[in-house]
Amino acid sequence: MSKLKIALYWAASCGGCEIATLAIHEKILKLAEVADIVFWPVGLDFKYADVENMEDKSIDVCLFNGAIRNEENEHMAHTLRAKSKVMIAYGSCAYEGCIPGLANFYNRQLTFERAYIETPSTVNPDKIFPQTKVKVPEGELEIPEFYDTVKTLAQTVDVDYFVPGCPPEERTTWLALEAVIEGKLPPKGTVISHSAKAVCDECVRTREEKKVKKFYRPYQIIPEPEKCLLEQGLLCYGLATRGGCDALCPKANMPCTGCYGPVEGVIDQGTHFLTALASIIDSNDPEEVQRILDDIPDPAGTFYRYSLPDSLLRRAIIK
Amino acid sequence: MDKFEPKIVAFCCNWCSYAGADLAGTSRMQYPSTIRIIKVMCSGRVSPFFVLKALSVGADGVLVLGCHPGDCHYIEGNYKTLRRIPLLKKALQQLGIEEERVQLEWVSASEGARFAEVVNEFTETIKKLGPSPLRRAKESTQEATHVQA
Ligand code: SF4
Ligand code: SF4
Ligand code: FES
Repeated sequence: MSKLKIALYWAASCGGCEIATLAIHEKILKLAEVADIVFWPVGLDFKYADVENMEDKSIDVCLFNGAIRNEENEHMAHTLRAKSKVMIAYGSCAYEGCIPGLANFYNRQLTFERAYIETPSTVNPDKIFPQTKVKVPEGELEIPEFYDTVKTLAQTVDVDYFVPGCPPEERTTWLALEAVIEGKLPPKGTVISHSAKAVCDECVRTREEKKVKKFYRPYQIIPEPEKCLLEQGLLCYGLATRGGCDALCPKANMPCTGCYGPVEGVIDQGTHFLTALASIIDSNDPEEVQRILDDIPDPAGTFYRYSLPDSLLRRAIIK
Repeated sequence: MDKFEPKIVAFCCNWCSYAGADLAGTSRMQYPSTIRIIKVMCSGRVSPFFVLKALSVGADGVLVLGCHPGDCHYIEGNYKTLRRIPLLKKALQQLGIEEERVQLEWVSASEGARFAEVVNEFTETIKKLGPSPLRRAKESTQEATHVQA
C-alpha cells in the first residue's frame, strides 16, 4: 500500500499545536511507517509553491492549526483545502478561534494601536503601521492584509473534522491520527474527542451542593485538593466544556478554562457557561447578586476565552 | 430616525406574565405593536442564548418577563433569571451592545396595566437607543459552521 500523504500547517496560532502533534511521543514512529509528511513549514523546509504545484486532492489529510486572521492564512486555507482529501481543524484556534480570536473584542485599528503604539516596549513617534505594500529602494514589498475579524477555519473553507484543545491532548491527537491511519474516519463534521459530555464527567473531585457567595481568581486562593473547584468559588468551566482531556486542569488544582470547546449539541459555549454559573450564585437579592458578579471582572472574556469567533455573535460591535 | 419602529421580543412566562399580557389585551389597554411575544413555561427557561439569538436575528430589544419573586410556578425559576440577566448584561456591554436593550421585569397575571406600562417604557428606551448595532452587522448571524455529530 502506498503511504498516506499528510500536510501540517499553522495559521494564526501560538505554535503550541505544532508541539502537540509531536507529543504523541514514540507513536510518531508508527505514523512515519504509514505516512509521509509532504508539507510542514514549521518542521521542514517546504515552500508555499511546493504545495501550490501539487495536484488537487493529492494530499490525504491536512492537519490545519491556527485561526484565520490575515490574507496569508486565508490563502493557505483555500490552497490546502483544494489539495487535501480530508481537512482537519486541529486545535482550538482552527476549530473556534481561540486566543487569537479574542481580538474580535477589537478591530484592526484598535489592535494596531495597541500593538504598535500603546505597548510599553514600543517607541513609534511617527505612528508607523504595517502597510500591505511599501516601496523601498530595492522595489515594492508586500505583506498580507490583516483582517478586522478573526475567523475559524470552517468559516473559511469546508472542514471535515475538528480536534479540540488548546492544544489538543496527546490522547486526542492520537485518536484522530489513529482514525486516519486505520481509515476509520467518523461521520463528517465530528468533533474528535474521547467524550461528547462535559469535563465534569471525567473529573474526580467531590461534588456537594453548588452554592457560591464569592468568586475568586486562581491567584487569590489555594483551593482544597479534593473538592470541586467551582464549589470553592473558582470559575471552573468544566460543566460547559467538552471532555476528552481527562479533566487535566482540575487534576492540577487549576480550574478548567474551557479549551475543549462546547459540549455536544451546544452552539454557543459562552452563554452555556453563563447560564450554569448564574444558577449557582447563592443569593436571591438583586443587590447582593450584583456584588457577587463584581468578582468576575471580565465575564465575556471568560465565557468566550476560546470561542468568540465561533460564537453566535462572532465578534464585538465596535462603534 | 423618527420613523424608527423598534422590534422587541418579549419572553413571557406562561403562568404570570403571559396571563398579564392577555389581561392587558382583554381589557383593551393600549400598548405599542413593537413587541412580539414568545410564551415560555417559566422565565427560568429563557436561556441567555435565546436573548442573544433574538438580538442576532434583528430584535432591537428583548424583554424577559416573569412572575414576581416568590411567585414562580416552579418555585425558583425566576431567581435563576434574576441572576442570569445581570450577568448577561455585563457580557453584552463588553460585546458592544447596550445593556439597556435587555430588560427583566416582573408582571403578575393580574397586572395587565403594568404589562402595558412596561412595554410602553421599554419601547421608549429602545427608540432612544435606535436600531440594534447587530442589525447593521448582519453577517455575524450565521450559526456555527461545524455540525455536531
Ligand atoms: S466544575 Fe471543575 S472541579 Fe468541579 S467537577 Fe466540574 S471540572 Fe471538576
Ligand atoms: S480541563 Fe478544561 S482547560 Fe484544561 S485541558 Fe481540559 S478542557 Fe482544556
Ligand atoms: S413560572 Fe413565571 S417565572 Fe417561573
